[in-house]
Amino acid sequence: MSANEWQILGLTLRTAALSTLLIVPPALAIAWLLARYRWRGKSLVETLVALPLVMPPVATGLILLKLLGRRGPIGRVLDLDIIFTWRAVVAAMMVMSFPLLVRAARVAFEEVNPRFEQIARTLGASDARVFATITLPLAARGIVSGMLLAFARAIGEFGATILVAGNIPGRTQTLSLAIYHYVQLGRDDDAFRLLAYAVAIAFAAVWTAEAFLRRSART
Amino acid sequence: MLRLLLLLSIATNVAAAEIRVFAAASLSDALTEIAAAYEKKSGDHIVFNFASSSLLARQIELGAPADLFFSADEAKMDALQKRGLIDPRTRVSLLSNTLVIAGANITSPRDLIGRRVALAEPDSVPAGIYARTYLERIGLWRQIAPNVIPTENVRAALAALETGNVDAAIVYRTDVRSGRLQPAGGLKPAATFEIRDGPPISYPLAAVTRNPAARRFLTHLRSKTALDVFAKHGFLIR
Repeated sequence: MSANEWQILGLTLRTAALSTLLIVPPALAIAWLLARYRWRGKSLVETLVALPLVMPPVATGLILLKLLGRRGPIGRVLDLDIIFTWRAVVAAMMVMSFPLLVRAARVAFEEVNPRFEQIARTLGASDARVFATITLPLAARGIVSGMLLAFARAIGEFGATILVAGNIPGRTQTLSLAIYHYVQLGRDDDAFRLLAYAVAIAFAAVWTAEAFLRRSART
Repeated sequence: MLRLLLLLSIATNVAAAEIRVFAAASLSDALTEIAAAYEKKSGDHIVFNFASSSLLARQIELGAPADLFFSADEAKMDALQKRGLIDPRTRVSLLSNTLVIAGANITSPRDLIGRRVALAEPDSVPAGIYARTYLERIGLWRQIAPNVIPTENVRAALAALETGNVDAAIVYRTDVRSGRLQPAGGLKPAATFEIRDGPPISYPLAAVTRNPAARRFLTHLRSKTALDVFAKHGFLIR
């Protein structure tokens, strides 16, 4: 593997890992609310959360570009450049992989038998303690599986990323963008090598995610 | 059999022919205007594919359906000619252009140092290659390269400037002249620095297929009517 390929892979894995970690708290909170409670506007939130899964990624990218750009409502407030930097890569990955984690975590929470939680509560445990010691451990496999899927989706992100992050070698060029870049340049051999890495990573992530789910089904 | 062929040829002559033109993004405004008038006159239908010349050349190599190729540099056309993908007898270098640096408070190329500069991808896209060649020659490339935002094509570089996400863009003078730099971006076409000593820019045109309607349109593109439109958009006629 060449230094350049290491660099591309390193950037991709780092940004995807950061993206996955950053979406865990909000995704779990929303998944929990969706799984356990009924509230006004619930179906609206459900739909909004799922939108990035079905919207054209490039359309999502355009929204992000307008929001995060130097003149955008968010970009103007933050005193730092997001567009065309690695931050934009992470932002695009977060938005695009968020629905996958919410869905997986919601299913995992729904599968936790509420009786265990009730028993803990009757024994005097606070809500926070019940969540931390009963619900979360029981849902952990499903959540980890969801995190792996979100991570894999983040690695594959292209449509939104190319709009908000550009395709800057060494700075915002992730695996997917680099493949596109090489194909455009006619460097098919380089593209195929990166393709092999992409397949290997995706395969490993999905395989592990499935393995987690299988084990949780057995227990 | 002969009669059938004759009938077929009459039928295809009468029916409006489709002409597929692959052209550099910088030509989009001028060509669209020329084509609109030509379609009215000839009844033929012109379908454009505007993108960076590098991407278009690549698409043609892979068998994309193009009747004409209008590139923003000779290298892309040379590559296709070497592979026998264009008809060299139809090849003609029609237009030239110059580069400008667009952006607020730019009075010399040195002002680009330390600013975010959008330019077309400098390894493959003609506008980017021209810009890099120029900056290398004046010895500024090393200082500017770390802040370069490479874009898909030259119009994307201008778009990045219009949205305010970069400080400057190196584009063709025709891109700015086409009135695409909106005053909303706080910029007027006046806020450009014209690069007078840049590398020679040449737009070659050639036929990819034998489509007779496309050949007629190619001839039209060389006519005074068409060249006047190109000149109006700021292109230099060669």
